[in-house]
Amino acid sequence: MIFGIPLQALMGQILIGLINGSFYALLSLGLAIIFGLLRVINFAHGAQYMLGAFVTLLLLNKLGVNYWFALILAPLIVGAFGALIERTMLSRLYKLDHLYGLLFTFGLALTIEGTFRYYYGASGMPYPQPIQGAVNLGFMFLPIYRGWVVLASLVVCIGVWLMIEKTKLGAYLRAATENPTLVQSFGVNVPLLLTLTYALGAGLAAFTGVLAAPIYQVSPLMGSQIIIVVFAVVVVGGMGSILGAIVTGYMLGIVEGLTKVFYPEASNIVIFVIMAIVLILRPAGLFGKDA
Amino acid sequence: MSGKSEPIPVEFGAVHPQARRIQLAIIAICLIGLLLAPHFFYPIFLMKLLCFALFASAFNLLLGYTGLLSFGHACFFGGAAYFTAHSVKVWGWPPEAGILLGVAGAAGLGLIMGAIAIRRQGIYFAMITLALAQMFFFFCLQAGFTHGEDGIQSVPRGRLFGLINLQDTTNMYYFVLAVFIIGLLIIWRFVNSPFGMILKSIRENEQRAISLGYSVSRYKLGAFVMSAALSGLAGGTKALVFQFATLTDVAWQMSGEVILMTLLGGIGTLAGPIFGAGLVVTLQNYLATSEFPVTIITGVVFMLCVLLFRRGVIGEFFASKLGKKLGFRAES
Repeated sequence: MIFGIPLQALMGQILIGLINGSFYALLSLGLAIIFGLLRVINFAHGAQYMLGAFVTLLLLNKLGVNYWFALILAPLIVGAFGALIERTMLSRLYKLDHLYGLLFTFGLALTIEGTFRYYYGASGMPYPQPIQGAVNLGFMFLPIYRGWVVLASLVVCIGVWLMIEKTKLGAYLRAATENPTLVQSFGVNVPLLLTLTYALGAGLAAFTGVLAAPIYQVSPLMGSQIIIVVFAVVVVGGMGSILGAIVTGYMLGIVEGLTKVFYPEASNIVIFVIMAIVLILRPAGLFGKDA
Repeated sequence: MSGKSEPIPVEFGAVHPQARRIQLAIIAICLIGLLLAPHFFYPIFLMKLLCFALFASAFNLLLGYTGLLSFGHACFFGGAAYFTAHSVKVWGWPPEAGILLGVAGAAGLGLIMGAIAIRRQGIYFAMITLALAQMFFFFCLQAGFTHGEDGIQSVPRGRLFGLINLQDTTNMYYFVLAVFIIGLLIIWRFVNSPFGMILKSIRENEQRAISLGYSVSRYKLGAFVMSAALSGLAGGTKALVFQFATLTDVAWQMSGEVILMTLLGGIGTLAGPIFGAGLVVTLQNYLATSEFPVTIITGVVFMLCVLLFRRGVIGEFFASKLGKKLGFRAES
């Protein structure tokens, strides 16, 4: 018993918080990467997350492709779709006010969500658990799949971070974030870099969607529900730092989980409240550089 | 939006000598049209249109004249609808007091949200307003007086000033028309006041406005509260028209809808949001009977607007040869 709450329940909610935190971290990482280079807030990020889950479900139901292949295929498919959107439409908006990028991706999100709602209805569809069973950790039972989600998201987050910080491609990316014109004059194909970045962001969102499919119901509305929370996470973390986005994602997920234990009525809004407090005390965000 | 986006080439000189009179004539024709409209169209539809036109105009006060994109205006519109509906139904307030409470409530919400959101600019501002409005949505979902998913239903329209029976559809229509015109006059006065001029200067160049000694945050907050209050006027009136207030009005989709109306009609023009609201409401009305979901159309129109005609319908007209000749100018 801790503060009058059974340990079992407490750990259970922390685990759920950690899983939500994994999703927040992956999604805000993608948002931060896209924003860093394209200066576009990708409102369609939630829709791309939903697409990832849907592609996984459809791959299983229509083609019999299992979860593990879907984990690779779905991000590729959604990433390619993202690249197409970026090349044909989004790239025309870079020279304009950033708000147009937000408005365009908002329209894109509505279109994707509406289309899936039209064909599949608003109710959720279950996806079978790819890994059955649970491990006894002594203080609680950990379903193996949930452990896998936390592990996979950690690995991907750290992997993407290392790629940006340590590889040559990452160096180009960081340089192009600072000064795209100069980088282009050095012979780097910046437009291609922009397309790849958007595809990477969309792919990350889809990857999150695949991870989420067996935990939550696959539903056309799952994207718009999570994206607003992720926006708040991004505001709290500040988009200046990739690592900041990841850390804030996990942290707020756990805080949300703990709120469910101690004060369930506020669990929906706790992240927004934290956002408001952070804005009052430190407007640039916890890890933000810009004022 | 901010001045660097797409300056519309301004050419003076070619304006028609009678331009001012022609403009007044157009406004007069529109007014007469609105006075006669209930004889030709379904009044409830017209009232819905007027409410949304006022809502979009109030929103444009912020986006078009101050350059702040709020993604949370549903909070004021829907919040006011709840306040008005609750005060009229549960406390038995007369309609005019109920609407005033809605306006005051929306202004209060605007003061809180604005004070937090103006701490960041541009894209962050949009995300913060969206998140705060979503917080209010969850509050409405759980608070007792809103009745959750059911909403507040069968709200009585009552008697205006204790005299005019608003249960009568024709009376209600002219009441809504009066509210609409008053709202627009306030916006027009506000935009053309010294306060409005300072807002425009902030939109064009915030740094310079600061260096000129203006307390920019205070002006932004003022515009935000004003826009919220007028959105509340629209929301409270809508609650009386439809006699209910539900979660739909506070959901984020509503915030998106009002952006679409403004964008489609023309940001930074007085007539644009009204025209845009007319288009969107008509489209929704038309699609309501079909199976096809409105969301897809809304999304596609959004993308097309952003890609192809960012000035909106009225904005394009103002920028056209005829529009210029008639002396119209867009504020963007």
